[in-house]
Formats: sequence, structure tokens, C-alpha cells
Amino acid sequence: MGKTASAFRLTQDNAFPRRAAINHGSIAPARSAELRLVARLRAGEESALTELVRRYHGALLRIALVLLPNRAIAEEVVQDTWACVVDGLDSFEGRSTLKTWICRILTNRAKTRLIREARSVSFSALKDSDSDEHAVDPARFSSDGGWAEAPHRWNHNTPEKLLMQKEAMGCLERALQELPAAQRAVVTLRDVEGLDSDEVCNALDIGETNQRVLLHRGRSKLRRALEEHLIGV
Amino acid sequence: MLRCKELTELVTDHLERQLSLALRMSVSLHLSSCRHCRAYYGQMKSLVKLLRLLPAEPGPSQVSDKLLLSFGRRHRARQVSQHHHDGTLQLLPLDRA
Repeated sequence: MGKTASAFRLTQDNAFPRRAAINHGSIAPARSAELRLVARLRAGEESALTELVRRYHGALLRIALVLLPNRAIAEEVVQDTWACVVDGLDSFEGRSTLKTWICRILTNRAKTRLIREARSVSFSALKDSDSDEHAVDPARFSSDGGWAEAPHRWNHNTPEKLLMQKEAMGCLERALQELPAAQRAVVTLRDVEGLDSDEVCNALDIGETNQRVLLHRGRSKLRRALEEHLIGV
Repeated sequence: MLRCKELTELVTDHLERQLSLALRMSVSLHLSSCRHCRAYYGQMKSLVKLLRLLPAEPGPSQVSDKLLLSFGRRHRARQVSQHHHDGTLQLLPLDRA
């Protein structure tokens, strides 16, 4: 498959040139399951395609919804992405995870679509109206910078326990949707979907520092929302 | 000595491993002596874990016919190109596939 693969690589694998190839020493079980799925896809098994779409469609839609102006366009771009995935299966070399590879295709399709729509979306932190916002309400600190009103404890609620509380997860989801667009985009890509910071910077066309500022502000607001929910404010 | 208010602004950079050695040590030192900030830091870590567990948007119950069709076409095209063995990618025209 030598030349076949390299022909495709030009269009797909070089999409994110800043990203270095990661070579893991041992193959984790999840990884080998993924490689088996790829093999089945290349063998033309329809059930493998169904499995792939079931596994990643929700993640792709979530990402598309933060990158694109509305749901209709987001859904179209996801469909478009699946078509590209099917076309480019040979170019997947297993250097990244399947999800990372598919997400890269999605973010590139989303960028192309935004250009076509002549819409530019800026995810810069500088665009936030509240550029001097604090992680915690300054009123909760005394004049010497120590806690006046300490964080309300909900640490006995481990993430696993909180997961069982439907309302807590619902509150988190609502708070996420209410974040300013740039913060919502960064938190969704990094924390909800697990993309790494290079990928997020590339998808949103923002710098590393900017990305961290947005992540910090977004997470800080979400912690506050969860605290208020859990202590019943 | 780092103050609590300052620490809350450094949590993300600390979790992202983007702090200088000096600041990293200040954070560790502060956390070891301040239970409120330990609680705060723990909550930020829990939050990150929790976000990863948010349920996904519901996916389609089945793959669209259009995608299945193009999947089948691609597969046949791949077989043909492998059959030719001349190293160039040969795709069947879509209407013949």
C-alpha cells in the first residue's frame, strides 16, 4: 500500500503539521481494539462502519456545535466528515488515535465551511467582555488574600458519586452551555472530548496562552456553578 | 508566600504543567498548609473528570444509506487498485462502481 497511502497522506495526515507523532511503546487494549476496527473497516465490513459511527458521532456533533454557527450546519459538517473518513481510511496510519484522526478531519471541514459561509468566528479570550474576571468572586477573600468564605465542601462527592446524580450532571451541562462561546469551545474540546491543547489551538486558531486563559475561566465558572448547585444556593 | 486568592488563579496552569519550578513549589507548599485551597484544588480536578463523563449527544440509530453506499464503493475501488499492483491509486468512476 506504500504509494497509495502516501498519496492520501498529503490530504489528511499532514492536516495538523504541528502535531508530533506519538509512538506508544506498548499497545493498550483499547488501542488494539481500535486497530481491529480499522482492519474491519478496510475489509469493507458494514458492521464496522456502523460501530464507528455509533462510537464517535455524538462526540463529533458536540465538537461541531461549538465550532459552527448553528445546528443545521453542524450536522451537515458531521455528515461531510463521515464521508471524508470513509474516503480516507487508507491514510489512517495509527500514529494518533482514531478519534483524534477523525476529529482533525472534522475541524478542518468546519474551517473550510466557515470560509465558504464567509463567517469568521473568533475564539480569542480578548473577545470576552469580562476580560478581568476572577476565578473566584473577590468578595470571598479577605483583604490579605486569604479565604473569608472558604469553598463549600463537596469533595466527599467523588466524580463517580456525582455522576450518579442526574441533577448535578444536568447542572453542569447547562452551565457549560451558558459559558461565553470561546470558553465553551475550549472546555468542550479539551475537557469533554479530551482533545489535547495543540489540537484545540489548531481547531480554534488561537495561541497556547489564550487557550489556557479560556480553559481557566471556563472551568472556574463551572466549578462555581457546581458548588452553588451542590450546596443548594 | 502565595496567597489563597492568587492560588485560585494558578490552578489551571498548575494542572496543565505550565508553571515555572518556583511557582510550582509555591503552589505545593501552599496546598500542604491550607485545607481550603486543597479543597478548591480537589474540586477543580473533580470537575475536569466529571466533564469527561458528560453524556454524548445521541447518535443516529443507523448509518445513512448514502454513507454505506460510498463505503461499499470505496472498498471495491480499493480492491481494484490493489489488484493492479502498479502502485498508483486507481478508483473506479463512481457510476461504474
